[in-house]
Amino acid sequence: MMKTAKGEIYRVAGPVVTVTGIRPRMYDVVFVGHLNLMGEVIQIRNDKSVIQVYEDTSGVKPGEPVTASGSPLMVELGPGLLTSIYDGIQRPLPVLNKKMGDFISRGLSEPGLDRSKKWKFESAVKKGSKVVGGSILGAVQETKNTEHRILVPPTTSGTIEDIADGKFCVEEPIGHLTDGTVLSLMHRWPMRVPRPVIDKLMPDIPLITGQRICDTLFPVAKGGTACIPGGFGTGKTVMQHQLAKWSDAEIVVYIGCGERGNEMTEVLTEFPKLKDPRTGAPLMERTVLIANTSNMPVAAREASVYTGITIAEYYRDMGYGVSLMADSTSRWAEAMREISSRLEEMPGEEGYPAYLSAKLAAFYERSGRAHLLNGKEGSITIIGAVSPAGADFSEPITQNTLRMVKVFWALDSKLAQRRHFPAINWLTSYSLYMNTLEPWFDREVSTDWKMLRMKTMELLQKEAELSEIVQLVGSDSLPEHDQLTLEIARYIREIFLQQHAYHEVDSYCSIQKQYSLLRTIHEYGAACYDALEKGVLLTDIFKMKSSGLLAKAKFELDFDHELEKVVAEMKKEFKSLGVEAM
Amino acid sequence: MTKEYHTITDIAGPLIFVEKTEPIGFGELVNIMLPDGSMKRGQVLDTSSDIVVVQVFEGTAGIDKESGVCFLGETIKLSVSLGMLGRILDGSGEPIDGGPKIVPDERMDINGSAINPWARDSESQFIQTGISTIDGLLTLVRGQKLPLFSGSGLPHNEIALQIARQAKVKGEGEEFAVVFAAMGITNEEAQYFMKDFERTGALKRAVVFLNLADDPAVERLITPRLALTAAEYLAYTHDMHILVILTDMTNYAESLREISAAREEVPGRRGYPGYMYTDLATIYERAGKIKNKKGSITQIPILSIPGDDWTHPVADLTGYITEGQIAISRELHRKGIYPPINPLPSLSRLMGRGIGEKNTRGDHRAVEQGLYAAYAEGRDLRGLVAIVGKDALSERDNRFLMFADVFEDRYIRQGRDEDRSIEQTLELGWELLATLPESALTRIDRRILEKYHPAYRKKHSK
Ligand SMILES: Nc1ncnc2c1ncn2[C@@H]1O[C@H](COP(=O)(O)OP(=O)(O)OP(=O)(O)O)[C@@H](O)[C@H]1O
Ligand SMILES: [Mg+2]
Repeated sequence: MMKTAKGEIYRVAGPVVTVTGIRPRMYDVVFVGHLNLMGEVIQIRNDKSVIQVYEDTSGVKPGEPVTASGSPLMVELGPGLLTSIYDGIQRPLPVLNKKMGDFISRGLSEPGLDRSKKWKFESAVKKGSKVVGGSILGAVQETKNTEHRILVPPTTSGTIEDIADGKFCVEEPIGHLTDGTVLSLMHRWPMRVPRPVIDKLMPDIPLITGQRICDTLFPVAKGGTACIPGGFGTGKTVMQHQLAKWSDAEIVVYIGCGERGNEMTEVLTEFPKLKDPRTGAPLMERTVLIANTSNMPVAAREASVYTGITIAEYYRDMGYGVSLMADSTSRWAEAMREISSRLEEMPGEEGYPAYLSAKLAAFYERSGRAHLLNGKEGSITIIGAVSPAGADFSEPITQNTLRMVKVFWALDSKLAQRRHFPAINWLTSYSLYMNTLEPWFDREVSTDWKMLRMKTMELLQKEAELSEIVQLVGSDSLPEHDQLTLEIARYIREIFLQQHAYHEVDSYCSIQKQYSLLRTIHEYGAACYDALEKGVLLTDIFKMKSSGLLAKAKFELDFDHELEKVVAEMKKEFKSLGVEAM
Repeated sequence: MTKEYHTITDIAGPLIFVEKTEPIGFGELVNIMLPDGSMKRGQVLDTSSDIVVVQVFEGTAGIDKESGVCFLGETIKLSVSLGMLGRILDGSGEPIDGGPKIVPDERMDINGSAINPWARDSESQFIQTGISTIDGLLTLVRGQKLPLFSGSGLPHNEIALQIARQAKVKGEGEEFAVVFAAMGITNEEAQYFMKDFERTGALKRAVVFLNLADDPAVERLITPRLALTAAEYLAYTHDMHILVILTDMTNYAESLREISAAREEVPGRRGYPGYMYTDLATIYERAGKIKNKKGSITQIPILSIPGDDWTHPVADLTGYITEGQIAISRELHRKGIYPPINPLPSLSRLMGRGIGEKNTRGDHRAVEQGLYAAYAEGRDLRGLVAIVGKDALSERDNRFLMFADVFEDRYIRQGRDEDRSIEQTLELGWELLATLPESALTRIDRRILEKYHPAYRKKHSK
């Protein structure tokens, strides 16, 4: 099926190589030079094709041979993806380590899926069954808690001629269609082409992340999109790791795109040790990692995002809820800028190519809750980190991203420096899913959820206004009522919004816990206003110890029990001030 | 013999364009023979069957169209051997200390290769620098890249030297070997480093690469890569722990900008090329610790940030790549405090790997958080005092105000040769925390407080 053609190199300029003598299609894979470096056609001009090469081109010369593969860049899809760690073009890093040593050298292509591992397949169709693209042929148990459904490739359909149960390697035939098409556990899909679905559905279920500020104030929907822009050190990566760890997705695809090697190592050592709070299985068993760090080739960085999203779509097509984190989409855009400038394309804003916004849009468009070809439903939630130059959100990547995504978690350098984590600015962030998700919270958590959330936002808004006055005149000149408001807003910030990622208990907060914590703060606040009105001195209210206990309760393993104790303590303290409250 | 071409068509800035060559490899090293008999070196930036673009390291001054061009058929390599220790080399790796040539044990490509993320070690060890602010609050660990964010006129060089002199890993006798790369610094600054290396005998365990202010700017692009290649050789072939000091990365970035402008590339922010993030990453990411290798590479890049503006591309992009930053503060320096490190805008992202029971002490995190929060609060109050006056502050606030002063005077300030052990640093921390009302230390875990707070320890000993 693969037709190969030979040509030769005309020009080498870093990762961009111009070749002659072949007539490939756009985005076909081409191998260049004596080292057989893999690349992809990104421009065709007259008799010349321009290739972006996924490996370092040092020493490569004009005149060296080129082989066109006749096929676009494909992602291998099948059992064995979970727990894997790949580079941007789906080469398994542990295998590269074994074959090339501790440093990544050149010229080795390595398949994404292990060819020798056998999987126990149980079929779900039989001779005579009619199947279409996306139909489920059967399943293998990929990890302890994940059943990997074997799909008919999206563009294939027909009638089953034969199908067998048993142990198979990914390439072995498990059956045939009547037209002779061979069926196996894996198939390939071109990474730049979205896998088809029947239609997209309205997202109306929240992705519960276990992060209080996200779930309560700015929730993202399953199948939705969110971005996390922030300057260096504001907590984008910690946030993305938190979401990858704790969000209630069935599958997580984590793309380290042009970031630090050490951060990927951290994921690799932490995830196998951490347990999914819902299934109890190691988090690694639902995760696929893609690591193309900042010093790895930029062209492969550009591809890494497509490798990731294609894998995410594949699991969606099995009917799963998938979360995809990309850290950082800015580095991805920069990779496009680097390639584009080598092509001497007309630059747009800040040197980014004019098609930047189209590429970003196409990526985020691959998210969504969808009605699948096989009749099932699945979703992909995309959460992209953005690293704005100079932490200035007016730059093109942040602005173009904001046009696409529905949730904006704005990280604030000032908050990070004050060590208020997560440093999400509660005044500028937003979620456009609030209305569609409200019924869910109303139904699944509590009917006063909406009211609590609104009160919280109002309180924080009010605090911002009052703080401006305090800056000018000091807090003593504020009316007592307002001084109390500042105090309660502080509880919201310090007890509720602040969440310690590295604390064993606080790292993840269930939605019920979020609700009871928030409700208790508001009830406590209401009791304080009440006491003030009844003539209790403000200084006495400020001296109460039980608010401090509440701050500690969130760190306790048996939170419910601890909360009961705190509330009892609060009642007692109010009583001693002569107020019946809570 | 390699063929010599006399086919230069254009000369522009640091670039020459050569035509009618045989196939030339991308990145190949080039010798340029000048009419006066001298020779310059360069590297191929772009190669095609029609024209080859060469970037000349020593600048194009004196090159004419008749100059000869030889392509050496290989990319830039550095001759490495253990004999490099104690040697002083120029910015392109040639000895300038009057000693013999380096007898190579190996020749290594100076661009190195990316460490496979899978091969990196997630565990590390605490490096004691003897400087309280760093050890206590911004702990450095082996394999980390932690830059000094500084500005002109600030004592970053002294701090870097103090770190280099004092750095050790607890319980291991072995010292660090230092690889020092100077890019575009003045002769006087270079002398300052060299004298100190000689005074302390550190030179014996150091390799020095010097590209000074009056050396060719383009050469600066290879100097840090040479240094890191030497570091990788010593770390991974000879199991040594290497501390790499790169100064000044701002000069490096300027050279990068210069080349980019000469190539008429589309400029990114403030004229720096769009690929500067990637370029800097290929330097900084060479720091690391590998699972099955004994040696390690720790990096301390120094940046003098123009206008103390952290949004400047050099600082910004560095911050996006390194594992934190140490902020050298002009304000503390003006107050006469050495080392003027402000912990508040500083951060060590790998601190967690180097502290705690196993590495330093069980209370390290608690002391760090306590001191950070108290100093932050004290500094905030300074702002408020300016508006409302000291009398308007509560007793509690006044204690915090005082804390900030004492913290700067006793914890941050220390002698240039004062080498504090981590125990001393932690004890000092507790001593200062004890000046605050205990009710203000709510963030510190009860058990830790009772074990380490001086008030309780007195009780225990009674
Ligand atoms: N939720 C959190 N809890 C505790 N600490 C946090 C939290 N978020 C961030 N931090 C602290 O902030 C530091 C920087 O966070 P992080 O590495 O996520 O920043 P970043 O935005 O990804 O930066 P860069 O753009 O440079 O990659 C962390 O090392 C950690 O010390
Ligand atoms: Mg990050």
